[in-house]
Amino acid sequence: MDCKTSRRAFLSQTLTGISAAWISANMPAMLSAATHARQAVKSASPAKFEFFSPEQAVEVEAISACLIPTTDTPGAREAGVVFFIDRALVTFAKDNQKLYSEGLLELQARLHEMFPAVNKFSAATLEQQDQILESLDPQSPGAGRRPFRPGAGGQSFFETVRVHSISGFLIDPDSDKHGNRDGAGWKAIGRENEHMFQPPFGYYDKDYPGWKPNPANADKPKS
Amino acid sequence: MTLDLPKYKTTDEVDFVVIGSGAAGGIVAKELSENGFRVVVLEQGPYLTEKDFIHDEIEVLNRDLLTNHPDLQPNTFRKTPDEKAKPQRAIAYGRLVGGTSTHFTANFWRFHEIDFKERSKVGAISGSTLTDWPISYADLEPYYTKVEWEIGVSGLAGASPFDPPRSKPYPMPPLPVKSGGVIFERAARKLGWNPFPAPMAILSQPRPGRSACINCGFCLAFACEVGAKSSSLAAAIPMAEKTGRCEIRPNSYVHRIELDANGRATGAIYFDAQRNVQRQKAKAVVVCANGAETPRLLLLSANKQFPDGLANSSGVVGKNLMFNSGALSVGVFEHPLNDYKGFAVSRILHDFYELDPDKVGFHGGGGLDARFDMTPISFALGGLPPGSPRWGKGFKDVLSNNFTRTVEILCHGTSLPVENNSFSLDPDLKDAWGLPALRMTYKDHPDDVKLCNWLNARAAELLQAAGAQKQWSYPAGEQEFSVHLLGTCRMGNDPKTSVINSDHQTHDVKNLFLCDGSSLVTSGRGQPTMTIEALAFRASDRIRALAKRGDLST
Repeated sequence: MDCKTSRRAFLSQTLTGISAAWISANMPAMLSAATHARQAVKSASPAKFEFFSPEQAVEVEAISACLIPTTDTPGAREAGVVFFIDRALVTFAKDNQKLYSEGLLELQARLHEMFPAVNKFSAATLEQQDQILESLDPQSPGAGRRPFRPGAGGQSFFETVRVHSISGFLIDPDSDKHGNRDGAGWKAIGRENEHMFQPPFGYYDKDYPGWKPNPANADKPKS
Repeated sequence: MTLDLPKYKTTDEVDFVVIGSGAAGGIVAKELSENGFRVVVLEQGPYLTEKDFIHDEIEVLNRDLLTNHPDLQPNTFRKTPDEKAKPQRAIAYGRLVGGTSTHFTANFWRFHEIDFKERSKVGAISGSTLTDWPISYADLEPYYTKVEWEIGVSGLAGASPFDPPRSKPYPMPPLPVKSGGVIFERAARKLGWNPFPAPMAILSQPRPGRSACINCGFCLAFACEVGAKSSSLAAAIPMAEKTGRCEIRPNSYVHRIELDANGRATGAIYFDAQRNVQRQKAKAVVVCANGAETPRLLLLSANKQFPDGLANSSGVVGKNLMFNSGALSVGVFEHPLNDYKGFAVSRILHDFYELDPDKVGFHGGGGLDARFDMTPISFALGGLPPGSPRWGKGFKDVLSNNFTRTVEILCHGTSLPVENNSFSLDPDLKDAWGLPALRMTYKDHPDDVKLCNWLNARAAELLQAAGAQKQWSYPAGEQEFSVHLLGTCRMGNDPKTSVINSDHQTHDVKNLFLCDGSSLVTSGRGQPTMTIEALAFRASDRIRALAKRGDLST
């Protein structure tokens, strides 16, 4: 088995076969991921998800976590991206419902082609997951051998999930879109979760002495 | 305080109906109502207020909360008149009370003297209909000052050695400098250029009912939730409503101006929110619907007397469309700038405003500004260096490093007027009300593209002098989309080559006035709204004088 494995595998398959070194290196993130995953699994009831089945939600969460992984900072999982996408698919992105339903089936087919022994995307190793997504990304170097079916708007399932995941990661956490939970995405990119700031703003303006006219000014030729 | 706002009947013949409530319409409504006239403003969009101005990028940027929606009002695009235009979004404008002024960047410098008399100075330019304005900078100067003081512009008089003369300083100091602005200022001075604090239509000090800027960071494309951005919604319209003589009527989509047997405009016909047809009677009509919708409305109002479009005996309605040319270089620096905080621009320079065509080999000029105008999602999808990973750990790493360390240098320059560049009615495509859609025809004059690439090379020099760790430039190409919609009902003394006279009165219909981006004769060097607003103050003065003389009643 690969030394890297997915969080779903970690949760569902006990620790057998996983490199101890990898676990210790990734422990804080994994613990954090596991905590949130438990919440996700707990909430993966029909009452919570409005579009996805619990099984679909697990798959979509796994895709989003490959697109924006948890590192030393929060990733798509911690930001609750799957909840954002689920909400999107019953509101502003209703038109993408079919794209997701069919896309997840095709994802399953691709998984079966590439890794016949694995029964779910979320059960694949992270490396396998990356390889599958690379094969679906129309812009990745290895893509194109089996073009993925575009959606109604001409966008592929992959590109739609990518844009949705990034949006769900970075949307204003105060919006009604259920994304960027607790400002986790903003934290990852260094944006303070505030909507009101005072100068100095950054490194280069903190010692600014105030505006002074250009000493070498005025009668310069204009080009 | 609750205002006792008037509610006119459509059968009341008010003094003026103003079509559009944006940069120009808001000011015209204020000026005319403050001078005792009864005014109805018909605005196609909704009347939103500060509580509606959220920071949700999906609603604002993707779902057009504040802007014309391509599903409702699609348009087509082609480069040249011999092509069949294809459906393609080519314009964005604010579709709400306050118009595009609610969500603009708020760069607010004045045009320079050269912009009004460039044709005389440089002579004819092949492929361009460049011509002088019938008014000069001096004619407009008092009105630029009015905009600064009445609407609210922050800045520092005398900071740019290239600024035209002014009668008064700014009413309030510049906004605070951002890290990107400091980097820009230091590097530009190293290169011998003259950076200066950007004049911005954003308050650095509070005014009655309006907060100073709180630096929230959702500025360009977003509307201000504290009234600090000096939009018509925050500034002019409350003053108009305070007179008790001005009714702002939202959700009113004007599609025709009718004339009586004497060739006099009688008011405006519009769809109300329920798509019922209404007719507002008025003694005179002022169209301030923007550089796309104003010519479209005239073309939609064709009649027996004006088969090619109302007030279009010249045939130039919709023609000579100008955008302002643009190009962009981007730098990433060692330490966090956090330019995501605050408004977009804090430093600009105008050293290249008047380039010598003999030296550079093309016509025009422009400026550079240091800005960060992207919000988190738009940055992640469009702000990373070319070739960056699009997902996975590599993507997250570059995104996390660059979001706080990026600054953009925007080049903004001349668009030369070209006759074929135009708005017209699409022969096939209709909007959701069944009206012919806008068709844009546009191909940049070759000098505009050369100019922008020249400016972009200066932007790259600047980033190098600033010590950027990484930098890249997006070369300027031919534009197919714009938010600056200029020149399509140009002002002039000759009724054969222009649509309005210097009073903004159409040459053909005495009680029909046009004032917005369509009135501009040249494009300046970018950032036209300040000039549109100065023209709106001046037009209001002229219209008032004509009305008092009784010149509108025949």
